Amino acid sequence: MLTFKTIIAAVAIAAGMAAAPAFAAEGTAPPVEKQSWSFAGIFGTYDENQLQRGFQVFREVCANCHSARLLAFRNLTEDGGPGFTEGQVKALAAEYEVADATAEGGVRPAVAADRWPSPFATDQDARDANGGVVPPDFSVLAKARGIKDAFPWWITNYFTGYSEGGPDYIHALLNGYHDEAPEGFDLPEGKFYNDYFPGHAIGMGPPLQDELVAYEAGEGQEPVPMTVEQYSHDVAAFMMWLAEPGLVSRKETGFKVLLFLIAFAGLMYATKRKLWQGIEH
Amino acid sequence: MPLPAASGVYCTGIVTLATQAEHSTTRRDFLYVATGAVGAVGAAAVVWPLINQLNPDASTLALASIEFNLANIPEGQSVTITWRGLPVFVRHRTQAEIDEAKAVPLADLKDPETDEQRTKPGHEEWLIMIANCTHLGCVPTGQSGDFDGWFCPCHGSHYDSAGRIRKGPAPKNLVVPPYEFISDTLVQIG
Amino acid sequence: MSEHSTYVPGNAAEKWLDERLPVVRFAKEHLMDFPTPKNLNYWWTFGAILVLCLGVQIVTGIILAMHYTPNVALAFDSVEHIRRDVNGGRIIQAVHSVGASMFFAALYIHIFRGMFFGSYKAPREILWILGVVIFILTMATAFMGYVLPWGQMSFWGATVITNIFSAIPVVGESLLQLLRGGFAVGNPTLNRFFSLHYLLPFIIAAVVVLHIWALHVPGNNNPIGVEVKDKRDTVPFHPYYTMKDAFAMVLFLIPFAWFVFFAPDILGHPDNYIQANSQVTPSHIVPEWYLLPFYTILRAVDFNVLFINSQLGGVIAMGLSMLALLVVPWLDTSKVRSGTFRPMFKWFYALFVLDFIALAYLGAQEAIEPYTTLAKVCTGYYFLHFFVILPVLSRIEIARPLPTSISESVLGKAHS
Repeated sequence: MLTFKTIIAAVAIAAGMAAAPAFAAEGTAPPVEKQSWSFAGIFGTYDENQLQRGFQVFREVCANCHSARLLAFRNLTEDGGPGFTEGQVKALAAEYEVADATAEGGVRPAVAADRWPSPFATDQDARDANGGVVPPDFSVLAKARGIKDAFPWWITNYFTGYSEGGPDYIHALLNGYHDEAPEGFDLPEGKFYNDYFPGHAIGMGPPLQDELVAYEAGEGQEPVPMTVEQYSHDVAAFMMWLAEPGLVSRKETGFKVLLFLIAFAGLMYATKRKLWQGIEH
Repeated sequence: MPLPAASGVYCTGIVTLATQAEHSTTRRDFLYVATGAVGAVGAAAVVWPLINQLNPDASTLALASIEFNLANIPEGQSVTITWRGLPVFVRHRTQAEIDEAKAVPLADLKDPETDEQRTKPGHEEWLIMIANCTHLGCVPTGQSGDFDGWFCPCHGSHYDSAGRIRKGPAPKNLVVPPYEFISDTLVQIG
Repeated sequence: MSEHSTYVPGNAAEKWLDERLPVVRFAKEHLMDFPTPKNLNYWWTFGAILVLCLGVQIVTGIILAMHYTPNVALAFDSVEHIRRDVNGGRIIQAVHSVGASMFFAALYIHIFRGMFFGSYKAPREILWILGVVIFILTMATAFMGYVLPWGQMSFWGATVITNIFSAIPVVGESLLQLLRGGFAVGNPTLNRFFSLHYLLPFIIAAVVVLHIWALHVPGNNNPIGVEVKDKRDTVPFHPYYTMKDAFAMVLFLIPFAWFVFFAPDILGHPDNYIQANSQVTPSHIVPEWYLLPFYTILRAVDFNVLFINSQLGGVIAMGLSMLALLVVPWLDTSKVRSGTFRPMFKWFYALFVLDFIALAYLGAQEAIEPYTTLAKVCTGYYFLHFFVILPVLSRIEIARPLPTSISESVLGKAHS
């Protein structure tokens, strides 16, 4: 049909026309290298062990400065998450204190229903302790970051369902530090040079180093390397779970829904054909 | 083909077709019935989540069961805590109150319950009750009324030292929520 | 229209009802027996698909409103609460936000279908105008809905778009404060946008009723654009088009479900996962994709024209771009409706589609060269198409011979 053809032709020409300036406008930052994630793709699920390791990195390193106000302790036991037991989470929660106006002294030990307490009481405290910048909250941070694909390639993302731009960026950022800014770059006092941070001057110093967090291998498990590379993978995966805790069940439901719709569409088409049989149209 | 006469809504339309296509072949009938049935299953699968979202959400359910530490409540004192959004009395009863409650003959009670039925064995000094009057839901005042228990100022119901209704319009004793002692000083309610 | 009715009340109760409130008769006439050209192609199913979209948005929207809090301190977290804690909340919320995109995808296909097949031509001008009104109302609704999650894009989108009104001479500033309920976008703005976002869909639904009413007076246009001659050209709407539309709806739900379940955030912008902050503007503000073509037109005017400054100029251009849609029935005066029989129009139509896609693409780019120049060229072409090409084509084009009737056309197709 001609309208189909013309529209396809139009799209193709538009694509060709727009491609040239898109390439021309690419900046100087090295492109973010996409990582392989267990939760990518339509069958992707979180890796429990990785989430537990990522949680450990978050708890021992990141949580000293970054809040995660939407994380409730109980989330750590929920399906599709790191898979901690209720007992573990109860014990973990009890190590933290949360504000409670009805409790004596205004604080009490946390319970599973409580949210993860922030490292700073107010934004102003956080700012004062961190060179004038509030460290961003982790709750949905993995979805608040992304990477930019060059022009024609982002179109394929709609068909692959690529949603891992956040973890890819976080992983790149954590591995993107340089001891010295490149020559000619004017790095402000108290800032650090990072390849992937917009503007390159980031307030956060390199947070990870090899051997910083002690991973304990479970019985009969291969020890996991204690490297920045591994830590950043794990914590990025954990942050993705934190931002999108229902990912696994969402994809499971989606798979059923798609199968149903495709089968139903087939039936509908057969019915429609039968009905219209004998009518010239 | 004659026109089926019924609702114009899409899904029911298909089902109607199926029932009305008398002159059609069996295969066509089967196809229509199958399509209509699958459509109905799909519709039901869509409707359920739309209703289920009205149920208590995960953050509410997380608070369905709470733990409470009794250690700081001296004898003769009460505190009111919140459980599932309801006020709950936790009373550390005196021996006199316990004795008084135990001495009441069941025949005197509007809603007969022994003191033992309203407390946990070995922890008779602790009385834990939902603090809404069983008449119309006001919160009664503690240690007042004619029976050394609670008095509801709204409509004048008197409860005794075991929280049982003794006089006034309320039909039932104050409700004891499900709870258990985890240790001597720690209770889990709900 | 009652001449189509074959309704005979079946029993005394139906007769009783029919004499007092003939709803059954009405439904039978308009949803079942309505004579519909038998040659409608799948582009015509998007009307029904749009009814589905509106229904989905209203149902999911009512549910979201049960859990959402329109307050600047709580809005962002309440949306996350829906996603995290409410039973099935992640899916319902995703259906609503992806649904907005799917709605506009269907809306654009529906509009461009009408443009190709000349569905705006006499006697369907009012039908077309009501459609444009629905389009504009839907854009307003979508824009206000996008503000509700109170992310960075919500806030800055609201700031930028409400600022459009400040361009109006003399009263602009006062009008701006009136709209925002303050000196900047804030809590009063969020509250009123929530209220209006809830209200507008029902107004849209009412205009949809008028739109269908206006459709049922002359009846459907069709791919050959030749009016229905007699009964041989039509089939009853039900079951033929109910079935075809229902099938198309199910097909439409497949990409819809794909986005909802496998990439619910891909059509949005990561910055909207950052809570609104009036101190920091995102480096690059982009509206949702469906508003991009008009956003480009708004931005394209960055120069003063006589006494009109560039800001007002942009607003006027954007207003004109919608006005062009409203008056297109009087710009394209060709007697031939369907683009199929207009050899020159066909190519200019394709070029216009391309131009529109380019406008959308440019709206998402930063305001730097070469995009700014391209934006001006594409904006210029948009107006050229409506105000020069269409009227000129109407005069000079020689159309191919038309079939005498729908029946003849489908028979010819069957035998060729």
